[in-house]
Amino acid sequence: MKRTICLSAAALSMWAASLPLAAQVSFDRLRQSDSEPGNWLTYSGNYSSHRYSGLDQITVANVGHLRPAWVYQINTTERVEASPLVADGIMYLSEPGGSVTALDTLTGRPLWKYTRTMPKGVRGCCGPVNRGVAILNDTVYVGTYDAHLVALDIKSGIVRWDSEVADPKSGHSITGAPLAIRDKIVVGMAGGEYGVRGFIDAYDAKTGKRAWRFWTVPAAGEPGIETWAGDTAKTGSATTWVTGSYDPDQNTVFWGTGNPGPDWNGDARAGDNLYSDSLVALDGDTGKLKWYFQFTPHDLHDWDSTEVPVLADAVVRGEKHKVVLFGNRNAFYYVLDRTSGKFLTGRQFAKQSWAKGLDDSGKPVVLPGSSPTTEGAKIYPDLSGGTNWFSPSFSPHANLFFVAARDSGGMYLKGNAEYKPGAQFNGGGQSPIVGEPPIGFIRALNPDTGELKWEFKLHSDADAGVLSTAGDLAFAGTNEGDFFALDALTGRAVWHFQTGAAINANPVSYLSGGKQQVAIASGNSIFAFVLEE
Amino acid sequence: MRLICVTLFVAVTAMAQVDPEYVVPKKNPFATPADLKNGQQLFIGQCARCHGSKGEGGRGAVLAQPRLRHAPDDESLFMVIRDGIKGTEMPAGYAVDTRETWELAAYVRSLGRMAPETVAGDPKHGQELYRTKGRCAQCHINGSQGGSLGPELTEIGARRSAAHLRAAVLDPASTLPEDFLEVRAVAKDGQTITGVRLNEDTFSIQVRDLSGGIHSFQKDDLKELQRDTGKSPMPSFRGVLSASEVDDLVAYLVSLRGNQ
Repeated sequence: MKRTICLSAAALSMWAASLPLAAQVSFDRLRQSDSEPGNWLTYSGNYSSHRYSGLDQITVANVGHLRPAWVYQINTTERVEASPLVADGIMYLSEPGGSVTALDTLTGRPLWKYTRTMPKGVRGCCGPVNRGVAILNDTVYVGTYDAHLVALDIKSGIVRWDSEVADPKSGHSITGAPLAIRDKIVVGMAGGEYGVRGFIDAYDAKTGKRAWRFWTVPAAGEPGIETWAGDTAKTGSATTWVTGSYDPDQNTVFWGTGNPGPDWNGDARAGDNLYSDSLVALDGDTGKLKWYFQFTPHDLHDWDSTEVPVLADAVVRGEKHKVVLFGNRNAFYYVLDRTSGKFLTGRQFAKQSWAKGLDDSGKPVVLPGSSPTTEGAKIYPDLSGGTNWFSPSFSPHANLFFVAARDSGGMYLKGNAEYKPGAQFNGGGQSPIVGEPPIGFIRALNPDTGELKWEFKLHSDADAGVLSTAGDLAFAGTNEGDFFALDALTGRAVWHFQTGAAINANPVSYLSGGKQQVAIASGNSIFAFVLEE
Repeated sequence: MRLICVTLFVAVTAMAQVDPEYVVPKKNPFATPADLKNGQQLFIGQCARCHGSKGEGGRGAVLAQPRLRHAPDDESLFMVIRDGIKGTEMPAGYAVDTRETWELAAYVRSLGRMAPETVAGDPKHGQELYRTKGRCAQCHINGSQGGSLGPELTEIGARRSAAHLRAAVLDPASTLPEDFLEVRAVAKDGQTITGVRLNEDTFSIQVRDLSGGIHSFQKDDLKELQRDTGKSPMPSFRGVLSASEVDDLVAYLVSLRGNQ
């Protein structure tokens, strides 16, 4: 049996060619992206993943005049989690599966479109979402649900190269945005519920040839293999499905890793299960491990540590450090030394019942009764965690770390865990706690300590990220479709707009025609907002 | 020059163990108690992550209900498990074979369907009480008739046990659906509305009052929003109906199983 995959760029590219847009986005521009806040050049806005806009046209005083500028509807019924990039007036939006559309930010009209058609046999745990693209020089890069990395001409969407990252039929997929560093494109992968072996890859930006691979689960004879009993490392998961961060001065890539497999039944995989639920620091040229920090050793709750690592400077116990700030799915906030990976401080930021706290090395002091059972054990947080893939934000202006947090528990159930290639390898499940629906918050933390400064309660679960701005605003969204702004200093709601569908995405901000826009995906659409004249 | 349209010919490796040429029968051929047990094991291993261990839902849909939107019959349920549901997070059931798919389907179907119960009481007299002394149709739709303030009862006997229905008649507040909420909203201008919450988000709430009128409020415009959690607008029939009349009404409710 044979199958045809058609990868096409739309004829709209002819129009794009006539516009004075789409300038080169060099590595130097990416490195110095804070100096051009009118663009949004990487997944999280800058290499440090601040998801902070230096634009201050929209303020607490005038945000009440924010109105939709345009809406772009994606032709899909799939969930849209994309966080678009904007370079020189053009938005580059990834769509479910790995399609990409370039949009004029003045009007929302498409300039070109690349359509990715999924072959049969692609499987993933949670739908063909795509969270974004990367840009380097004259090329846009997208990972696809069938586990390819594709390079597109920035002016037309025409395919420059298409490299297979992994075999999609065995449960591998790509849902996260790639990260462009110097001359390479770093990309993670998904499939943690299928017993795959996780990795982080880097590809030559010009040719698509793989430059390096870091396996997040060691092979026989490699350091860390002793943390897996028997041959369980072979199905150890530790996937890498959310975009990491980059320190160009140290040439270090920081990337979070997912749960060990099987998720809820750890009987066979005795040990800490490195490097699952960890932050790994890799050399940008070679992919060689510089250090790691494991947040949840021997995880039994599906608490991936694939949240976005935020790079900042912090003062911890009177001493200045270059740090990584990390709000983890396990409900703890961590401050790590960026050079060594050493734990500096941490504290609980969401409801949890599984650990007494963190010891001096940052290791959780696990409480008895916090493992799944065949009858079901009530544990906080639930499998979606104290937070999740959606982005935190760090405002250097307000010196606050914002996190969309969840106070929710679950009944964790332990079940059979038999590995079959291509089948889900969960080893259990979770039921909601009757009478306790999940509840979400936007929380502002002191980045140096994790101390709560304020919180804003949502009507239901949190499932969207936060953007903070130099106008001292924090934007976020709700499951009920509200896109809203808070006074970043106090947490007071100062504006909201009902978009009509659940918001499960991260906001961005940029300039279009000299005016600040804020954009968010909701339902199958992208909404761009601008101040009313 | 790059080609816009790239055609690839890829040999398909059949990972799915369900034969793609399999003609799906209308009725589940594997629904014995042993099949159900195997289906339960498979469900806990592969489905409970999203749907809860007893189909009570979570990240995935609630399966413990008599009618599934995407799978009204056995054939469609088989195909949903085999192929997934496009546009949702429901994946295809790779690496489960034909029999296992049917066993899963049998277990899923068992989650939302009460087996017919034999109860004391006269359902025919219960039907009369439903219409007269109970005045149930004032607030409940049954078939095509009745008011809409309370939940529909057309197939309540397939969804709820006799014990649950008895509790609902005698102590309505003890059996409220989880998302049911009676509220009392007091606007800044003094307007007060008591009713059932229809919808709510972080910034607004919509309420249907006890006479069916619909009201929408921005929460900023409210002086008070009282949430009467656990309170039901339905009166208790304890002392209103005799013990034998309660038996009869419950027997009638148990008999309401829709078209099945």
